[in-house]
Amino acid sequence: MIKNTYTKELLEPHCTDSVDAPDSGIQLTRRAFVQMLGSGLLITVTQGVSFGQRGLSGGRLSVAARLHLNQDGTITVMTGKVEEGQGPRAELSQAAAEELRVSVDRIRLIMADTALVPDDGITAGSRTTPINVPAVRRGAATARELLTKLAAEQWKVDAGALDVRNGIITHKTTRKTITYADLAKSKDVAEVFKQTIPSDVVVTPVSQWKSLGTSVPRPNSRDIVTAKHRYPSDFIRPNMLYGKILRPVSYGATLESIDLSKAEAMKDVIVVRDGQFVGCAAPSSFLAAQALEAIAKTASWKTISHPSSKEIFSHLKKNARTDGRSRPRTSGSVEKALADANKVLSETYEVAYVQHTPMEPRAATAEWKDGKLTVWTGVDGPQRVQGDLARTFGLSTERVRVIVPDMGGGFGGKHTGEAAEEAARLAKVIKRPVAVHWTRAEEFTWAYFRPAAVIECKGGLDDKGSLIAWDFTNINAGGAAIDTPYNIANKKILSAGSDSPLRQGAYRCLAATANNFARESFMDELAAAAGADPLAFRLDHLENQRIRTVLEAAAKHFDWPNRRKKVTSELGVGLACGTEKNSVVAACVEVAIDRKRGEIKVNQVCEAFECGPIINPANLLSQVQGCITMGLGPALREEMQFKDGKILNAGFSEYKVPRFKDVPEIEVLLINKTDIPSAGGGETPIIAIAPAIANAVFAATGIRVRSMPMQNALFRQL
Amino acid sequence: MDTKITLIVNGNKRTVVTDPARSLLDVLREEFHLTGTKYGCGEGQCGACTVLMDGKKILSCITPVARADKKKITTIEGFAEGDSLHPVQQAFLDEGAIQCGYCTSGMILAAAALLKNNPKPTDKQITEWMNGNICRCNGYTKILNAVRRAAAQIAEVKIP
Repeated sequence: MIKNTYTKELLEPHCTDSVDAPDSGIQLTRRAFVQMLGSGLLITVTQGVSFGQRGLSGGRLSVAARLHLNQDGTITVMTGKVEEGQGPRAELSQAAAEELRVSVDRIRLIMADTALVPDDGITAGSRTTPINVPAVRRGAATARELLTKLAAEQWKVDAGALDVRNGIITHKTTRKTITYADLAKSKDVAEVFKQTIPSDVVVTPVSQWKSLGTSVPRPNSRDIVTAKHRYPSDFIRPNMLYGKILRPVSYGATLESIDLSKAEAMKDVIVVRDGQFVGCAAPSSFLAAQALEAIAKTASWKTISHPSSKEIFSHLKKNARTDGRSRPRTSGSVEKALADANKVLSETYEVAYVQHTPMEPRAATAEWKDGKLTVWTGVDGPQRVQGDLARTFGLSTERVRVIVPDMGGGFGGKHTGEAAEEAARLAKVIKRPVAVHWTRAEEFTWAYFRPAAVIECKGGLDDKGSLIAWDFTNINAGGAAIDTPYNIANKKILSAGSDSPLRQGAYRCLAATANNFARESFMDELAAAAGADPLAFRLDHLENQRIRTVLEAAAKHFDWPNRRKKVTSELGVGLACGTEKNSVVAACVEVAIDRKRGEIKVNQVCEAFECGPIINPANLLSQVQGCITMGLGPALREEMQFKDGKILNAGFSEYKVPRFKDVPEIEVLLINKTDIPSAGGGETPIIAIAPAIANAVFAATGIRVRSMPMQNALFRQL
Repeated sequence: MDTKITLIVNGNKRTVVTDPARSLLDVLREEFHLTGTKYGCGEGQCGACTVLMDGKKILSCITPVARADKKKITTIEGFAEGDSLHPVQQAFLDEGAIQCGYCTSGMILAAAALLKNNPKPTDKQITEWMNGNICRCNGYTKILNAVRRAAAQIAEVKIP
């Protein structure tokens, strides 16, 4: 079934994801905790302390809930954040190391195990860097201060006379020393670490960073290249079965009848039915799939009508909630300015549904023991899924443990825990551990999608070619980066909901890509109407200094004025810029139009990006390179095709994601701006790619492609 | 009808009695618990399931296990020698060519198979050969660098 109830929650991650989850309040005994964390560890919390504390509100979290001092000189740090390839494991380790004054290899980071870690909120919205890095830094800085104070008390000296380096506290005059490992043996540490982390603890300024600001590799990368690391789909429990779930024949279809006998007659197969839920479990996924296939053939379904991808944009427009239910943001009078304008342009842009398609589809292994449920799964919000499972099975949250091992990609596509629930349902009935691994076709069909969009733009130019009116409405995709950064006196900006036939949700930078595609393409159209160079036209209307800096840097490096002079009907250049999640980006691209093969080939991308002080340059480079290449997919080829409630291209053979051959020459300019707080860098670098390509295509062909993906749209017009 | 199938996996003789149509990927993961070989698409389109059969790269998700009978199979688990990484693994580490890492074992095996036959490939040859392997983090730029690095550093790439 399509869970439309998810839609709002998924669409507005900025709002709902930051809502604090209720305390999970798991009570662990001292002994249990020792067993969980391994030997050689001094427990710095006493029995009865709640581990599942809220981490977002630093003031309420105790130092003990954030970190533990170990007798071997290492420090265990705990976070609810999830590693799915974007680098939180390195940067949170760096954050702790920085404030504890130790090298990063002394940090043992435990991530995303609801029994052990505080609730740091769902991993989404580029929030790890601006929210959780500071939270970990405050916890670590508080710990360092408390430990220094303990040493000072022991030596009966002033804490100001002590210096901390490499985990060694030294009295500057007597050169007396004590290490963190020594202090780990002291009972006093347990006592002082009960203190809450103050929100105003002083952290290390950027100019003195030693760990932060460096290219620390992902701490478990050796385990990745040797495959010692186990992903959510790699958990095999004793006596475990593999489960396969019956999927509706189309969206919204309900099961009327099914004959389970064929599967029930198969040796070693167990069939579970609970209303609409039907699953088969067997000792191998091959056998489970065979059993499911046998009964799926006997199922009879009641289907509902469902719009197709061919009519999606008219459907969204027809159902747009623009009739006053959504309020536009306005300044000046856009109506009057449009009436007064020398030239008015009015255009509509479209963006297709696309999917994240992380390499690892949804997967979970569930195990019930003594009325308690443990699930290993790949989701962005461990505590959120813990809560969902507790509600589903009528359990208190402390009876559900969700563990998220570093997982195989997400890009905003794993906010929900379907596989966890399915595995848990089967495991509960069968009374054995069960793994449910979604197939690629299931992921393509039953996960959720980046929303499609219809974007209506109107712009007015005065007789000097200045932009005086801006009317911008996004139907269905959402409000991320919908505001224009350009200086326009009269504006009306609206994000209007609609009736999405597909289940939709977060995606790397979500609606910011659609909104930037429309806005930056339309800015190019306005520049052309004003007879201005696209770069000059933007700069004339741009006050935001941070965007100006990246735009000018990219244009300079790309040699924009000269490259623009060399444009031919086969070779175009284009640029675009934008801001989202407190970071700024600009891209210049060169495209080649291959009329024979019907291809838009992106030859070169030069992108400048700035997200404040850079925490990990190598990882940020990976993120920017990844965003650029990922962005090529929905810009050129990716689109979900559907008809009669069925996805028609639910496989990599038909849904064409970028591959090695698609990778352009990529030049990345990372700008390190140290006088503001760090922002996340894993999303915004994607938003400038599609419009820069559209603008380059226009430069070469004179054809304005207003629909993503652009490749087929262009060749329909050529 | 279940059949007895014998494989030489990473130098060890392994026997399984199973449906001959079952994929080699499933047998490696579910019977031998060698989970380093990944499921990505089930249709031979993404390369996450790449293993080597008698030294040649194959896609284990679309290879019926019967076809691997009595063959030598190398998976990522057989690549490092004790604590010493295979040079291609080391090149991926050195270039930081890992984001989520789920495609990494397939990438490493595909790259090793390329370099074994063509120790000094051109960029075009690398791109051509690796094009069957998808990285959805889109870390292709650094993966290319890793393959280039391995090619530059190693005179002869051996397959364990």
